[in-house]
Amino acid sequence: MNWQPVIGLEIHIHLKTRTKMFCRCEVAYSEPENTRTCPVCLAQPGSLPVPNEKAIEWTIKLGLALDCRIAEHAVFHRKNYFYPDNPKGYQISQYDEPLCVDGRIVVPGEGGDAEVGIVRAHLEEDAAKNVHLGTAEGRIAGASATLVDFNRAGTPLVEIVTRPDLCSAEEARRFLQLLRQTVVELGISDAEMEKGSLRFDVNVSVRPEGTDELRTRTELKNLNSFAFAARAIEREVERQIAIYEAGGDVEQETLHFDPGKESAPPLRSKEEAQDYRYFPEPDLVPIEPPAELVERVRAELPELPGARIRRLAAELDHATALDLVTSGRDGLYERVPGDRRAVANVLMNQFAASGVDPAAANAEELGKLIEARSRIPRDRFTEALAKSGDAGFSAQTYLGDGLVADTAELGPIVDRILEANPGQVESYRGGKQGLLGFFVGQVMRETQGKADPKVVNELLREKLRA
Amino acid sequence: MTIDTLRLTAEEARGLVERGEVSSAELHAAYLGAIAERDGELNAYLRTVDEADGTSVPIALKDLISTRGVETTAASKILAGYVPVYDSTVAARCREAGLPVLGKTNMDEFAMGSSTENSAFGPTLNPWDPERVPGGSSGGSAAAVAAGLAPWALGSDTGGSVKQPASLCGIVGLRPTYGTVSRYGIVAFASSLDQIGPMTKTVRDNALLYRIIAGRDPSDTTTVELPEPVQIPEAEDLKDVRVGVPHELNEAHGIEPGVKEAVDRTIELCRELGAEVGETSLPRSVDYGLACYYLVAPAEASSNLARYDGVRYGLRVNGADVREMYEKTRDAGFGDEPKRRIMLGAYALSAGYYEAYYGQAQKVRTVIAQEHAAAFERFDVLVSPTSPTVAFKLGEKAENPLAMYLSDVLTIPSNMAGLPGLSIPCGLSDGLPVGFQLIGPQFSENLLFRAGHALERAIGFDHVPERLR
Repeated sequence: MNWQPVIGLEIHIHLKTRTKMFCRCEVAYSEPENTRTCPVCLAQPGSLPVPNEKAIEWTIKLGLALDCRIAEHAVFHRKNYFYPDNPKGYQISQYDEPLCVDGRIVVPGEGGDAEVGIVRAHLEEDAAKNVHLGTAEGRIAGASATLVDFNRAGTPLVEIVTRPDLCSAEEARRFLQLLRQTVVELGISDAEMEKGSLRFDVNVSVRPEGTDELRTRTELKNLNSFAFAARAIEREVERQIAIYEAGGDVEQETLHFDPGKESAPPLRSKEEAQDYRYFPEPDLVPIEPPAELVERVRAELPELPGARIRRLAAELDHATALDLVTSGRDGLYERVPGDRRAVANVLMNQFAASGVDPAAANAEELGKLIEARSRIPRDRFTEALAKSGDAGFSAQTYLGDGLVADTAELGPIVDRILEANPGQVESYRGGKQGLLGFFVGQVMRETQGKADPKVVNELLREKLRA
Repeated sequence: MTIDTLRLTAEEARGLVERGEVSSAELHAAYLGAIAERDGELNAYLRTVDEADGTSVPIALKDLISTRGVETTAASKILAGYVPVYDSTVAARCREAGLPVLGKTNMDEFAMGSSTENSAFGPTLNPWDPERVPGGSSGGSAAAVAAGLAPWALGSDTGGSVKQPASLCGIVGLRPTYGTVSRYGIVAFASSLDQIGPMTKTVRDNALLYRIIAGRDPSDTTTVELPEPVQIPEAEDLKDVRVGVPHELNEAHGIEPGVKEAVDRTIELCRELGAEVGETSLPRSVDYGLACYYLVAPAEASSNLARYDGVRYGLRVNGADVREMYEKTRDAGFGDEPKRRIMLGAYALSAGYYEAYYGQAQKVRTVIAQEHAAAFERFDVLVSPTSPTVAFKLGEKAENPLAMYLSDVLTIPSNMAGLPGLSIPCGLSDGLPVGFQLIGPQFSENLLFRAGHALERAIGFDHVPERLR
């Protein structure tokens, strides 16, 4: 029997608002512990939440980018549970009336587009950070003490839940790349996994190909990179298939990966049926976004990465288009004149390595440089790219006299000339060094005078010595 | 000059200060003197503030009102020693108006109760009869004003916690329209019901204090701007006022005959002052109000009280692990009534029960609001007793939570509808004060003050407890 993976994602994105979700504390990740706190985010008795309007607007923006319907009436709920990083004893989140519902994102792929349904995108607050002491695993069980840093408490988080529409680890990886790029381009989040501003959990199950049943799923948590997630999904899919093929049943459980040790087997835990006692947050009035706001935000949306990948894939290939867009270099690509393939290759390789900000690069001059790259020595070309973001950058500086100096280009020509003149080669090696001029002349004729004589001389001497 | 704190109204005290006859600090000292003299018996204050920090009439604050630098416990052991780093909005507004704080008043723990017997720091006694309770949960504020230990005070009202103790102590108490007074900095009990209210000797004092504390607060998004400025009442008649007498609120089981008599006399007085008086009905509000309240309020409380976990402030009792720390802390820190309501509330919100309990209660709340709105199509104010009984004896209802809950049966329905209610003393029954409740539509405080003031003038109630005269 053939098995089909069924994959759904739950993604958390930190919004990069200046202040927290329900108080006016500055959002900061590297400040000394507990220095960005106030009565609200410390849950002092009597403190009350006041929603961050920018965060609401940005969530609407994201919802529109994900083709969601923006609710006319959305409600904050309290999710009740005890944990030291949860100062109020409840998290303000959204439950059955989220801000954005029923969207989709089209993920372009080599084998065609995949449409991934978005169940919802809602706004909530992040928890504080627990630091458990006296335990190797960094878990609360067995800890001698737990310290809590409330700087992160109450920072705005958007939770995006997809439908289980993804059919492979690779598709999940591409979806995440595209979503991340979308969020970054909307300017609402850094979405950096290393900083924790993008986190996600994966739900995985498998089913016989051609059916639409939904079997028991497992949840994969603490995946620290897209690539690692793809590998973990693949392994989990294989594990589940093996269980079914051996006549067994998959158990519902959560696999907690260790972000520090990819090779370590995940810890497994049974899903406890937690009762969060959700109820509408009585300290906040419902969110009713005015239609004008929604329409203004919609009108401000830029062309989204998914659409650009599709457009660029038509003139390049899917992989390159995806790379250009998800690396944020496609805008530069479109501005640099010249052979499309050559421009794309340089941008994704040597230019990428230069670390120059694509937004700062001089596209016109880069075009000239790329066009002439065969006539520029490799290290000189690298140097030129590194300067391409500087003010006053001019390709001409690196084109020199216009002679071809690239040994990679001249080498084969020299070889051909030597091969075609075996007698002269023998004479030269016999002592008639004056013949060097003859060889140089032949190369110059072959290159119609464009070869750099100095480079040609060096190449010939080297090859004739051999 | 000697300051008779028993008789002096806040308005009179303000006049003295304005005319330069006494200073704010002298007033403050005079009340502290009265507290030293009489509060040993009554226990209205949990603590006093010795420095007079203001320019006007001093005030007593219920101990769930956060005051920067002054311990605020909500009369719970779990908050013993907790000193807020910030002022609640109402405390800040009092400061800005120049009102120095006299101290923090006793209350039922987390405002859960109707007698102030649920305080973790001992009950407050009724100044009219120290064998009796002052009502609750704002019993400390009510007793302080009645016994001349404060010219005025702030209480909080969730199910009747301003109106009922005002009634039992013979003073004036306003529960404002939900959303007119900021809850920022008020230790939360039930967020969708909690409102801070003025507790005073006279209706004019009440309006003066309401004017200081009311109005939109950007820190509490459930607040609104007042549709019209607060007017200090002058009129002594009730011409053009249509007074509705809801049958169920006036004939409810358990209303004492002496209470009924005093209230009926006051209704007759309304007519004499020129009001048009008629009967009306609120059948479902009274039938379901109490049950509905005891789902909504505990549900919200179960969540609001979750922050008392021993992690950041207040009591902590260590345990072998974090769960044990939570359990030991909350077991030692909360009294029986908060525990009872946390359990009720957690149950009402739990999966599978939410729709039948909390969800259903919210629907009933809408019905109650609609029923009141219908009554206000024909009447401007609705009237009834505030409490079915006069002050009861300490311990009389302490062992029977349900009997205690019934103390609020007449105040709860309009609270569930978010409506303002004013309680004024309307006479005595067996030597104990009876409260008269006036309920109006949303934002009708000015009308309630006008009606209350006219009645107050006509009744001529002596607010000084007989035994202290």
